[in-house]
Amino acid sequence: MSPQRTRKAFRLSTPPGVDDFHEAGAGPAGGWETDEADERWVSTHCAFCGVQCGMHLRVAGQEVIGVEPRTDTHNKGKLCPKGVAAYQQISHRERLTHPLVRDGGVLRRATWDEALDRVVDGIRRIQAAGGPDAMATYGGASMVNEKTYLLGKFARVALGTRFTDYNGRMCMVSAGAANYRSFGIDRSANPLSDVAEADVLLVLGANVPETFPVYIRWFWEAMDRGATMICVDPRETALARVAQLHLPIRPGTDGALLNAMLHVIVRDGMVDEDFVAAHTAGFAEASAAVADWTPERAGEVCGVPAADIERAAQLYGRADKAMVSHARGMEHQVMGSRNAMAAINLCLATGNIGRKGAGYGTITGQGNGQGGREHGQKCDQLPGQRHFTDPGAIEHVAEVWGIDPADMPGPGEPIFAQLDRMEAGEIRGLLNICSNPMVSWPDEARTRRILEGLELYVVIDIFLSESALLADVVLPGSAWAESEGVVANSDALVCKINKAVDPPGEAKPDLWILAEIARRLGKGEHFPDQTPREVFDELRRASAGGRADYYGITYERLEAEGPIAWPCPTEDHPGTPRMFEDLRFNTDDGKAHFNAVEVDPPAEEPDAEYPIRLTTGRTVAHYLSGNQTRRIGYLTDQTPSPWVEIHPNTAAEHGIVDGAPVRVTSRRGSTVLPAMVVRTIRQDTVFIPYHWASPVAANQLTKSSFDPISWIPAFKTAAVRIEASEEPAMTVTPPPVFEGGRG
Amino acid sequence: MSLERSIFVDPSRCIGCGACVAACRECDSHRGKSMMNLDFLNRGESTLALPTVCMHCTDPVAPCAQVCPVDAILVSDDGVVHSPDPSRCIGCQNCVHGCPWGVPKFDVEEQLAHKCNLCYDRTSVGLGPMCATVCPSDALYYGTADEVLASRPNRKVVDVFSFGAQELQSGNWVVVPDEFSVLTFPMVGP
Repeated sequence: MSPQRTRKAFRLSTPPGVDDFHEAGAGPAGGWETDEADERWVSTHCAFCGVQCGMHLRVAGQEVIGVEPRTDTHNKGKLCPKGVAAYQQISHRERLTHPLVRDGGVLRRATWDEALDRVVDGIRRIQAAGGPDAMATYGGASMVNEKTYLLGKFARVALGTRFTDYNGRMCMVSAGAANYRSFGIDRSANPLSDVAEADVLLVLGANVPETFPVYIRWFWEAMDRGATMICVDPRETALARVAQLHLPIRPGTDGALLNAMLHVIVRDGMVDEDFVAAHTAGFAEASAAVADWTPERAGEVCGVPAADIERAAQLYGRADKAMVSHARGMEHQVMGSRNAMAAINLCLATGNIGRKGAGYGTITGQGNGQGGREHGQKCDQLPGQRHFTDPGAIEHVAEVWGIDPADMPGPGEPIFAQLDRMEAGEIRGLLNICSNPMVSWPDEARTRRILEGLELYVVIDIFLSESALLADVVLPGSAWAESEGVVANSDALVCKINKAVDPPGEAKPDLWILAEIARRLGKGEHFPDQTPREVFDELRRASAGGRADYYGITYERLEAEGPIAWPCPTEDHPGTPRMFEDLRFNTDDGKAHFNAVEVDPPAEEPDAEYPIRLTTGRTVAHYLSGNQTRRIGYLTDQTPSPWVEIHPNTAAEHGIVDGAPVRVTSRRGSTVLPAMVVRTIRQDTVFIPYHWASPVAANQLTKSSFDPISWIPAFKTAAVRIEASEEPAMTVTPPPVFEGGRG
Repeated sequence: MSLERSIFVDPSRCIGCGACVAACRECDSHRGKSMMNLDFLNRGESTLALPTVCMHCTDPVAPCAQVCPVDAILVSDDGVVHSPDPSRCIGCQNCVHGCPWGVPKFDVEEQLAHKCNLCYDRTSVGLGPMCATVCPSDALYYGTADEVLASRPNRKVVDVFSFGAQELQSGNWVVVPDEFSVLTFPMVGP
């Protein structure tokens, strides 16, 4: 079946006896306007978050003109505002349509040959002077797996560098590290639909209504069934609003809370002894580590009543079927990985794993948040979620890539460790595809210094992002609807993205750009001109036998059957929606591992000078650094600019009223934003959404502190001071556009 | 004149995401204009949000149609209260002021009023309207009362609303906790 079908082939939701409304001939008296005669629909999934809602793109010629909801297994036609508006980024007037090079400090239009020569000459010069590792790559998990796979191969084979990493470093790495240590594999154990089947839900640091709106249906279904929800969040989100127990803990203290819950579960004999004895290891150490974590002690640390922690533990510990879900709120901390391990410890102690409605899931943020971390762009992994330490990993992948295993660079380092090397001049070149560090990395001033200090900084993107604006060479790539490929969503469901149109102007498919640079570097034998399907088939072979085994998934199967959850080792394998149903885990001993969790304080504690806790996060109308969503009129209408959420008591102390400008200052920087005075946040905490660039960027204020295990930034725990501002709130700078626009 | 399938508005499920507002703009009969209203009722206190759709009033005849001096608002046999016919609308805004829900919107540039037509291009052939099709939380649901009551415990659905002395019946419904029967709105003004 072709992915591009005319709309007549489709049947939507449940129209009795009618294929689509255009055919039926019904209409209001005055008629209505439709745009097109030759409109066709392309079946695909959303560009944005890890839910990956099904949708049709409405396409006329080479223009994407609209969206039609599409029922897929996990979204049933539902879309959030970003999903509705996603199509508007494709045929957008601000798209990059030709290469740019920097001359005399400014970007100017260039031919592909000139731009690629600059890239290749720069790489050669840097690597001749500093060795292969002087060049690094940085990718994004919004790209399809064909691209993320090819980027990992490009780094290791074309550049020969060990320094490749990706923007999931700010997203999934804490949960991933914990998953790996606990279960031996990095993915959500249960599909999120299991939430609807659970008796008790424990949700930590996950603003589901704003960050994964379409997943809310599972939570509402659970509530309809009479489930009890415990919601841990410093803000009363629309989810916390309906939770039977809301624990508005101090940001950065989830580890203390979770340890205290395990303490109560052990103390009161709620441990599933049989399960722990038969299927786990390390309980004694984990249990010893929580011996001192009484609810009273945790209550002090977390800033919530001990009785509420006690109640949370009793509810969770006595449930037949309990689900833990967490997201970035709990993970963007120096404790990020350990918090996730502490959450998994609860699942293991109570035997809540491997069953329908009983288990664990981390909700991935980016469209390919799961897939983007498993096929080689992440610094410590090779395709198929193979670690460099896995026996045979290097040999297997080297064979698929046609290189000598001895030539495989070793494991690299997380991007934030690489930054130290960039500051030291060891890494002198960076190729950044599909990411906007000027908005997304912590400590914006440092980010700018580092990017400006590079000898060669190349950006492949679809828009001139704030980060592309600093590049030496900007190469216009392909957007989500401009190439075929697969993503793995939050449930590890592999979904097929289909091509609607060609890239605009002179823009090129990302796969072509990477392969062409490789060819010009003399590595053409490893980078033939491949279609996405050919790259995917190579990925399937590279992943075969790995943890994230895609071998049994083909484009044909995805088109015929819809999304399939990996691991899927053979073409007759149905996929694996729920892990560990046989209670065998992917660790060496086949057991799930408890991890003893020592609690460290947040990266920066409030003090006399900076007495307020700043936590940052998302808002529903925008996605990540906003490079796409800040250009979509519908979404900027909905949410044009950031704000600072302040509790009324705190606002009153500082003479701040709702809507008035507030100066927020940290040790890194300062900004002025309008106050949103709300009772839905802790008194000692303020919140700023992070999608905008300076002068209103939240990341002017955050700190370059990282989880020592996963290197995720501690976005959620900066210290600031606030004051009523004489100056008005700072104005949002529109996203950059190349002068001269579309050429 | 009653709708076979209706929109059910359940404020307790609304997450305030605005998908309904965005999707309404995609409807082919008023592309780019949203007929949806979404309000945070008291953001200072709560994240509670309320979507307001056209209720497609049935009894008496929809107020917007009743007060239209030029009969621009057609009520079709299936119970749908249509958007003012642009060839008849004189821009008097009677419908804007006459609607108890605040639904019809006046476009100053066009000097025409617009309102929800229940995505007639879609619903007249059995598809869901855009807003309720995309609504992530089923705060807007398109279907039958039986479907809603079967899946949502301790809820009832109401289609009679009291505005002071005036009662109004609607084609769309509001889902409320089961102690409610008629939703009463206080009189505003003198």
